[in-house]
Amino acid sequence: MNRRRFLVAAGAAGLVLTQSPLALTLPAQAKGLAPTPTMRGGANNYRPNAPLVDRLGSGFWVTGTVRRAGDGAPLSGVRIQIWAATTIGGEREPRNHGSVLTAADGTFRLETEQIVPNFGEPHAHLAYDDGAFKTVFLRPVMPSARDTSVNADFVLAPA
Amino acid sequence: MAKQHKNLVSFGIWSGIALLVAVPVVLATTSPYLGYRSMAYIIGGFAGILALALFLLQPLLALGALPGVNKAHSRLCHRWVGASIVVAVLLHVGGLYLTSPADTVDALLLVSPTAFSIYGVIAMWGVVFTAVLVVCRRRLRLRYSTWQLVHNGLALVVVISTVIHAVMIQGAMEEISKWVLCLAVLATTTGALVLHWVVKPLSRRRRLDRKALSD
Repeated sequence: MNRRRFLVAAGAAGLVLTQSPLALTLPAQAKGLAPTPTMRGGANNYRPNAPLVDRLGSGFWVTGTVRRAGDGAPLSGVRIQIWAATTIGGEREPRNHGSVLTAADGTFRLETEQIVPNFGEPHAHLAYDDGAFKTVFLRPVMPSARDTSVNADFVLAPA
Repeated sequence: MAKQHKNLVSFGIWSGIALLVAVPVVLATTSPYLGYRSMAYIIGGFAGILALALFLLQPLLALGALPGVNKAHSRLCHRWVGASIVVAVLLHVGGLYLTSPADTVDALLLVSPTAFSIYGVIAMWGVVFTAVLVVCRRRLRLRYSTWQLVHNGLALVVVISTVIHAVMIQGAMEEISKWVLCLAVLATTTGALVLHWVVKPLSRRRRLDRKALSD
């Protein structure tokens, strides 16, 4: 090992030591929280600008969180659009489309009618499509058609 | 006595087939999901179930194994059931397209998020290819043995992919009756193929050997 390589190695080691212990145990945090990629088929039967609603039905909950890529800070007041096939009709049924805003802690939840299997799988669709961040479409699948909730988390990257 | 026994076996086979087909269809009609679905989706779904059920009959008709149906009549039925399968597949894909064009196009382009769609698409192209070969059979002037090999190979691919497609799908059929029908379809298909390609040639050779020995 020559002198220059030793100095570079020592410098790198020193840099690691100055980081907080959390950064050592959570290497993903050091690089920053990665944005959620859009899922295959996530945008199917999307009707842009679903109205803001208090609820779309009762008995089933679509929940999740919205955070900023990088530092993972919760994002409040972000509009998430939600749609799914339920007991009142298919994914193209307008009454199955609605939007909610995230709370101060970045969480959102919307009560709907029971989601039922559609095209072979029980699943929901969620979209962030408002410009400030890159558009993301999610399509979480319920492990069982009998589930009464489904969760989807967004990590958004600046547009 | 022998005739009575034959009648009993024939009755057993036909009622078995009727039950294997009817029970899954009837149970599928009792699904509460039907009330939440459009007519196009319901027709598309039942066309798929019908196609699966028809695969139970096809190998038996090809063999002429159904009691009370003579060989010539059996071959004719095999063609009509084949044509019905093509129509059922068209109704299945058409109904799904009307229900959700985006999901259906995703499946056809092999970019669907659902793992089972690829098997449905393989089965669809298998059926289409089979139909084209049937229509062009004379013009292609295939040797009969070549034709049989290609037709049976396609049939095996279509049946296996249809069964995988069906068992992975949630929300169209009742689970137990679906599994029973799928296993029965696999049994008649593989049974017919083994009989045609293994058992029959072996017994033919044994018969020839015996004839050669006695000459």
